[in-house]
Amino acid sequence: MDMNGGPRIVGFLCNWCSYAGADMAGTSRMSYPPNIRIIRVPCSGRVDPLLVVKSFQQGADGVLVAGCHPGDCHYTEGNYYARRRFALLRPLLDFVGIEQERLRLEWVSASEGRKFSRAVASFQEELERLGPRGHRG
Amino acid sequence: MTKQVAYFPGCALEGSAREYDVSTRRVFAALGVELLEVPDWVCCGASSTHGRGQEVALALPAHALRAASQMGLPLMSPCAMCYSRFKLASLELAHPEARARTEAALGQDIGELPSVLHPLQVLDEIAPQATVPLDIKVASYYGCLLVRPPAAGFDDQENPTIMDRIVAGWGAQPVSWAFKTECCGAGMALARPDMVARLSRRVLEQARQAGAEVVVVACPMCQANLDLYTGEKDTPVLYITQLIGLALGLSPRELMLGRHLINPLPLLRAKGLVNHG
Amino acid sequence: MVKVGVFLCHCGRNISEVVDVPRVAEAVRHLPGVTYVDENKYMCSEPGQAAIRQAITEHGLTRVVVASCSPRMHEITFRRAAAQAGLNPYLVEMANLREHCSWVHADDHEAATLKAIELVKKAVARISYNEPLTPQPIPMTRRALVIGGGIAGIQAALDIAAAGHQVTLVERESTIGGRMAQLDKTFPTLDCSSCILTPKMVEVAQNPNIELLTYSEVESVSGFVGSFEVQIRKRATLVDHVKCTGCGICWEKCPEKVPSEFDLARGKRSSIYIPFPQAVPVKPVVDQVHCRYIKYQEFEASGAEGKKPPQCRICEKLCPPQALAWDQEDEAVTEKFGAIVVATGYDPFDPTVYGEFGYGQYPDVITGLELERLLSASGPTEGHVLRPSDGTPPKTVVFLSCIGSRDEERGKAYCSQICCMYMAKHAIVLKEHDPEVQSYIFYIDNRAVGKGYEEFSRRAQEDAGAVYLRGRVAKVFPQDGKLVVMGEDSLIGRQVEIAADMVVLAAAVVPSRGADEVARMLNISYDSDHFLVEAHPKLRPVETHTDGVFLAGACVSPCDVPQSVSRGSAAAAKTLALLSKETLVGEPTTAVVDALRCSGCQLCLEVCPFNAISTQVVAGRTVASVNEGLCKGCGLCSAVCRPAAIGVKGSTHKQLLAEVASLWT
Repeated sequence: MDMNGGPRIVGFLCNWCSYAGADMAGTSRMSYPPNIRIIRVPCSGRVDPLLVVKSFQQGADGVLVAGCHPGDCHYTEGNYYARRRFALLRPLLDFVGIEQERLRLEWVSASEGRKFSRAVASFQEELERLGPRGHRG
Repeated sequence: MTKQVAYFPGCALEGSAREYDVSTRRVFAALGVELLEVPDWVCCGASSTHGRGQEVALALPAHALRAASQMGLPLMSPCAMCYSRFKLASLELAHPEARARTEAALGQDIGELPSVLHPLQVLDEIAPQATVPLDIKVASYYGCLLVRPPAAGFDDQENPTIMDRIVAGWGAQPVSWAFKTECCGAGMALARPDMVARLSRRVLEQARQAGAEVVVVACPMCQANLDLYTGEKDTPVLYITQLIGLALGLSPRELMLGRHLINPLPLLRAKGLVNHG
Repeated sequence: MVKVGVFLCHCGRNISEVVDVPRVAEAVRHLPGVTYVDENKYMCSEPGQAAIRQAITEHGLTRVVVASCSPRMHEITFRRAAAQAGLNPYLVEMANLREHCSWVHADDHEAATLKAIELVKKAVARISYNEPLTPQPIPMTRRALVIGGGIAGIQAALDIAAAGHQVTLVERESTIGGRMAQLDKTFPTLDCSSCILTPKMVEVAQNPNIELLTYSEVESVSGFVGSFEVQIRKRATLVDHVKCTGCGICWEKCPEKVPSEFDLARGKRSSIYIPFPQAVPVKPVVDQVHCRYIKYQEFEASGAEGKKPPQCRICEKLCPPQALAWDQEDEAVTEKFGAIVVATGYDPFDPTVYGEFGYGQYPDVITGLELERLLSASGPTEGHVLRPSDGTPPKTVVFLSCIGSRDEERGKAYCSQICCMYMAKHAIVLKEHDPEVQSYIFYIDNRAVGKGYEEFSRRAQEDAGAVYLRGRVAKVFPQDGKLVVMGEDSLIGRQVEIAADMVVLAAAVVPSRGADEVARMLNISYDSDHFLVEAHPKLRPVETHTDGVFLAGACVSPCDVPQSVSRGSAAAAKTLALLSKETLVGEPTTAVVDALRCSGCQLCLEVCPFNAISTQVVAGRTVASVNEGLCKGCGLCSAVCRPAAIGVKGSTHKQLLAEVASLWT
């Protein structure tokens, strides 16, 4: 649990679209749960599975990776690598006892502040539904 | 190949629109589609239940949806209102919360939601097998409920073409006109007959201006209003199933063509669509 | 031992009214490495920056964390301030307390304050792994490319050329001029559009600093600011433009007439043609789809039986300088540019999605742009406004606004900006053409926000007698030879019906076809409506997130002529700021290989989108090697590298893992 009582979320946001989208949510005052900690990365394709696993190890209840929409990657194709990588990582998480829903991939463009704030809120709801980690039932 | 659907006639088709029920059953039988009537069906909720609260407005259509689900068949209703209710209800029941509430009200699980069909969608998929050439100009009138709201409709909400396509396939000539989706006055027939008269007459006048000799409809309310307030000239208003029935060589009696206020037989005889009776 | 200074910004009250900044200061004061904590009302202000510089000097800070707004806003500001005090700029980190905290958690001050503490802790944890980085100098190719030859692109090209730099203007049509060339008059001055545009077009053709490539398209872009390598395809015109004198015999005599794209199919053109008389260059192209001789050649080549199409070749027979070049082929040229201006413009929205208005079904329902062609003296009706159905002059004209604009259901959510004003213009001009014309304008809101626009709009009502009806139209239908427009006047709450001779739809402005492809080639983003995205909507309106690529005109958002010109000039100014330099300072945040760890698996080569990685042999082992000029620092290589031998400077595993490890501790 976060100090605010909600589930803990780590958000890896690509610098070009999603981090800017989260900024846009701020500029537009679209509020979302405060339990997310955003880490800026150059590209969603930069997110090594190691970072995801370390985040869970650190006590995160969920990890959100957000990148540019397909076709819009600043580096042309980084988001495609992210998509494939996490499609493979999710079942592996399931296997080690972390529900795969706890790793979420979203496409958020620089103009989609609303989408970002909704994504965080809906992820939080899902994590609340799943309950604390390691209590699969 | 016999296709089966769960058939929901609804109240209008048991009463004022019996000819729509009968012509639908005969046409689909001729086309090899088996209509299995939903057992113990109850009112779809129609126009009055929205005002009476969400629960009953979902529970009534859910009853038939559940029945169709148990039959393992898509649910088809010729009445535009019933179709619309079922379609909208099935969209709402996709939300777990609404579903749980409704199942509690019904005291039963709804099961897997069936697909909801209107006869137009089924006819659109069947290759026409006309035996009598339909040499007649037709205005297809959709009214409000077949294509609105967009979530429930199955065609462009402002310029639908599915009925035009079907009648053209059966050999008739659809006319191009702008009042396809205007309101006929619908359920205001008793409360505001003046308004219904104005709206319905205008629809018919537009159809005539576009060159239509007959108007085809797929909704009992539309048929009733247009048939009643025909305006300056008598333009017959037929159900699409009646028109297709004529193309299949069914007799006026089999299609209950005598039940309309505006007698279509003189025109149909003059056009050679009816030779007997 | 690092000495971290933490600088907390109040941002006026933007941060401090939600986040308890003094409490954050207390909480982070004793973090490992932190030796100095300061607060300021505006860190980005000169006093704020001075405080950073002073603290670096006086307290010997070796790392600086600024907890304020988004790094996308002020990272450069604070890096510069640190550099001024002698600290390597890459030893500065930011914690985003505004966009990611105070602005989104305004309803819970306690949670926002706790989160702010965490965000600062995260930045402090990361920064001890920051290393000083030194940018590489990038040589500057002092030439610019402008994509799109509408008024915005023309203005940008002229301004760059006027400053003495070489500029290449690429236009996909056979002439420059764009949408403005199609207009009859411009609001609010009623200047004749061609009269003010064509001198600029001619200037483009004559300016020795401008290379004009019409009938050409950008095919691919590689490289980066200072040295973009751009491949341009010059489509075959089948006319030798060096020999051609533009005399006009060919397009007058060509027997194959087809609908003119320039006249929006309201008029005809030949299949060897210039789109309009004032075209620049005044050199024709052969339309290879419709030309009879081309069809003949295709027939011959196919070996088909039957009647041969005519050989024609009338143009060739009549051409005095014998300029027809039937075997000309497309030509691909690759040129190098230092900066690129994108000015791809707009297209009108296709109104056929609104079935109820009958566009495409009733010939007398036309779009505003089509009316421009009917009004234009060089248009298909030579400036006589006539109904397409029967060629009679319309007396009652009804305008429908917001066709595709402000309609999330079936069109676009945004306002197209220009329609209110061009409807007013049309009402005024129609009245000038024929005093008997009565215009009706159905509007939602009358938006007249430019200089002289409100006055102009009043003129339409008071002088031209246009009747403004506030409301939407439900339907247009034919009746007794007229088009009945059925709508609502929401000010009096009544339905209205007007029997019109002509209906004009103010179709929305949408990005030009292919603008998204151009954006992808240039690695710039576009929004959900496919408008190109500027680096900052207010403060960097013509820059993009790709250095050296600038935006001009309606590719960014709908805009009118004066705005297009301003944006063109603004993009030119930004371009010139680059071209004025011999070299640029590059981003040092590139990938770097630890040759001792590299196993030589070459996975990084496969994933690198920029072909920036190759191999080299070090001490007898094959290892990866990065070309820093090509590397853009995406980090794809780093994420696939199993022995963690390749890392991106500024986004290393150590930095990111330190951030993760700082959370919830």
